[in-house]
Amino acid sequence: MRVLVAMSGGVDSSVAAALLAQEGHEVVGATLKLWGGEVGSGCCSAGDVRDARAVADRLGIDHHVFSFVEEFEESVVAPYVAAHAAGRTPNPCVECNRHLKFAALLRRALRLGFDALATGHHARLALSPGGRPRLLRGRDRAKDQSYVLATLTAAELSRVRFPIGELTKAEVRQIAAGLGLLTASKPDSQDVCFVARRSAAEGGSGGRGEFLGRRIPLHRGRAVSASTGELLGEVEAVELVTVGQRRGLPGGGRARRYALGVDVAARTVLVGGEEDLYVEEVDLDRLSWVGEPLPAGAGCLVQTSAHGPARPARVRDAKVRFLEPARRVAPGQLVACYVGDEVVGSGVAR
Amino acid sequence: MGAYLDHAATTPVRAEVIEAMLPFFSDSFANPSGAHSAARRARRALDGAREELAGLLGCEPWEVVFTSGGTEADNLAVQGAVSGRPGPVLVSAVEHRAVLAPAQLVGAQLVGVRPDGVVEPEALAAALDACSARGAAPTLVSVMLVNSEVGVVQPVPELLGVVRERAPEALFHTDAVQAFTWLDVAALTAGCDLVSLSGHKIQGPKGIGVLVVRERAARVLEPVLRGGGQERELRAGTQNVAGAVAMAVAARLAAAERDEVVARVAELRDRLADGLAESTGALEPAPRRLRVAGSCHLRFPGVVGEELLLLADAAGVAASTGSACASGAREPSHVLLAMGWDRRSAREAVRFSLGPTTTAGEVDLALEVVTGAVARLRRSA
Repeated sequence: MRVLVAMSGGVDSSVAAALLAQEGHEVVGATLKLWGGEVGSGCCSAGDVRDARAVADRLGIDHHVFSFVEEFEESVVAPYVAAHAAGRTPNPCVECNRHLKFAALLRRALRLGFDALATGHHARLALSPGGRPRLLRGRDRAKDQSYVLATLTAAELSRVRFPIGELTKAEVRQIAAGLGLLTASKPDSQDVCFVARRSAAEGGSGGRGEFLGRRIPLHRGRAVSASTGELLGEVEAVELVTVGQRRGLPGGGRARRYALGVDVAARTVLVGGEEDLYVEEVDLDRLSWVGEPLPAGAGCLVQTSAHGPARPARVRDAKVRFLEPARRVAPGQLVACYVGDEVVGSGVAR
Repeated sequence: MGAYLDHAATTPVRAEVIEAMLPFFSDSFANPSGAHSAARRARRALDGAREELAGLLGCEPWEVVFTSGGTEADNLAVQGAVSGRPGPVLVSAVEHRAVLAPAQLVGAQLVGVRPDGVVEPEALAAALDACSARGAAPTLVSVMLVNSEVGVVQPVPELLGVVRERAPEALFHTDAVQAFTWLDVAALTAGCDLVSLSGHKIQGPKGIGVLVVRERAARVLEPVLRGGGQERELRAGTQNVAGAVAMAVAARLAAAERDEVVARVAELRDRLADGLAESTGALEPAPRRLRVAGSCHLRFPGVVGEELLLLADAAGVAASTGSACASGAREPSHVLLAMGWDRRSAREAVRFSLGPTTTAGEVDLALEVVTGAVARLRRSA
């Protein structure tokens, strides 16, 4: 089989390429250049390209750099900025998988005559009795990345491979070290790749405020008690507040306070106590199913962040109803539905 | 057998050139600055190369400054002029990055081009007038002779005339790196203060280039590399004698064969461009009459150039998008954007560049392979 491996320059995709090559497939590596690169951003740096190329050389496979800068700006960065401007909390990694890796890149791979696209995600694929691909959590539960893949459909998955899904991170590093790959001990990537990282000492916002501030106006806002309407103080930028967050909200006192809602137009953040944080339902946009839709009212497990807990719920008419009240889901976050370890579908919290 | 159609990136070194440079790695290896007879042999060879190149470039031997290549020549021209005489710099928007990058470092003003890629003398005149109106006399104007991506020849003699008329103090630099194989550079750059050339674009080796520094420029230019004072104190460092000799031989042969090469390659280029236009509907962004004979720059609507190159490469045809950075990633071409293309169209462009060694067989292979690849990419789009 001819397989194109998306190589980020990290250890997971390095080992993914190595395993496929060992299995005897015709493997070609590709590193995506997604971002023009602002100084200090961790994404698609020349160093990552160099690492990916060095690994490819070591494995004796061809390596290319594919530029998807325009698509990335259009389908990941611009929506990310627009979501914040609307007071939502976007999930750019999900959108990158949805529009870039498993759309634009997958289409390119097929156009170029590859049979499949492989990535270094910690997720597993299996076949249903009917031969339909099923998406399962990665073996290493702590590193599982099935959540950010939950928008994929069976049609896409039929052309995708996740070679390291059966391995733990420790095993991945061990294999990389055994093969003498220079990425063996490279730290895991984190944060939003196109936003320059900033340490807590420098302000702690991870550079998000600075990044957004260059693209949209950020507004000071009022923090208002959700129950009494009382003005509690100010927030520096309503666009940067995420529903459910505690940090950065005004008001001392003993009670913990959380953001319950963001209204950018009114420059207002609704604030409440922990007891106000829990909801029974979340409405979904952009509902999509990996294969067959769940029957209305069917039970499943719902996960609302990359490594958060999965809670029992029922799904009906683009609405998730938790069996036990759960913490509010920030609008814009992906809501992934599982049955056991299998991803069955997803939607975006309204 | 494959087809190498990336001569604008670099050219194969010809056998005569390799032959000519070999003694300077063995018997005549000495440092030309030395005081012994071996050094004198090396210096004679270096001076011989300098004289030969001066003759071919229409300048005096002492005006030939050897550099490590075109990029260094461009950097010396721009940085050297500005450190010698701080002041405004005007460069065309379609310059090679070797000019653009140092120019942007000193806040250079970009002069736009027409949709066909040509810098209009009127546009340059207006830019110079605007500069003078602000009370600042320009230090340097730089416009390339042949564009590295689309192959368009700039009206350098007219542009030089405009500069002399509107900004008599300004130095005029032209990057002629892509020109020598195809054009009479001596005639077209007559009177230019600074002219950059590169060895490996004319079937010489990599690692050698020339900056012609005429008298007016020599009075202004400050060196970028300082040290032993070689090359009239404009470029320190032990001279690359083998490279200089090789470049002189390559230039001599290129000049002698120029008419024949231009006629033959233009025919091959026409066959490739016309053939691909017919088989794939490829478009030519700039009119052929404005471009050098080896330039076959095409746009394939509906096809991503990067993908086409990959399929072509797999079938043995080497070409380029003309704007790759060192990482190998395609960058949106600043040349095409300056010509008014949008980013989507710019990524549909592919640069085939032919050279003196290009054969009819290579063109036929490219025609067949590219036609097939375009059809395949469009089919599965």
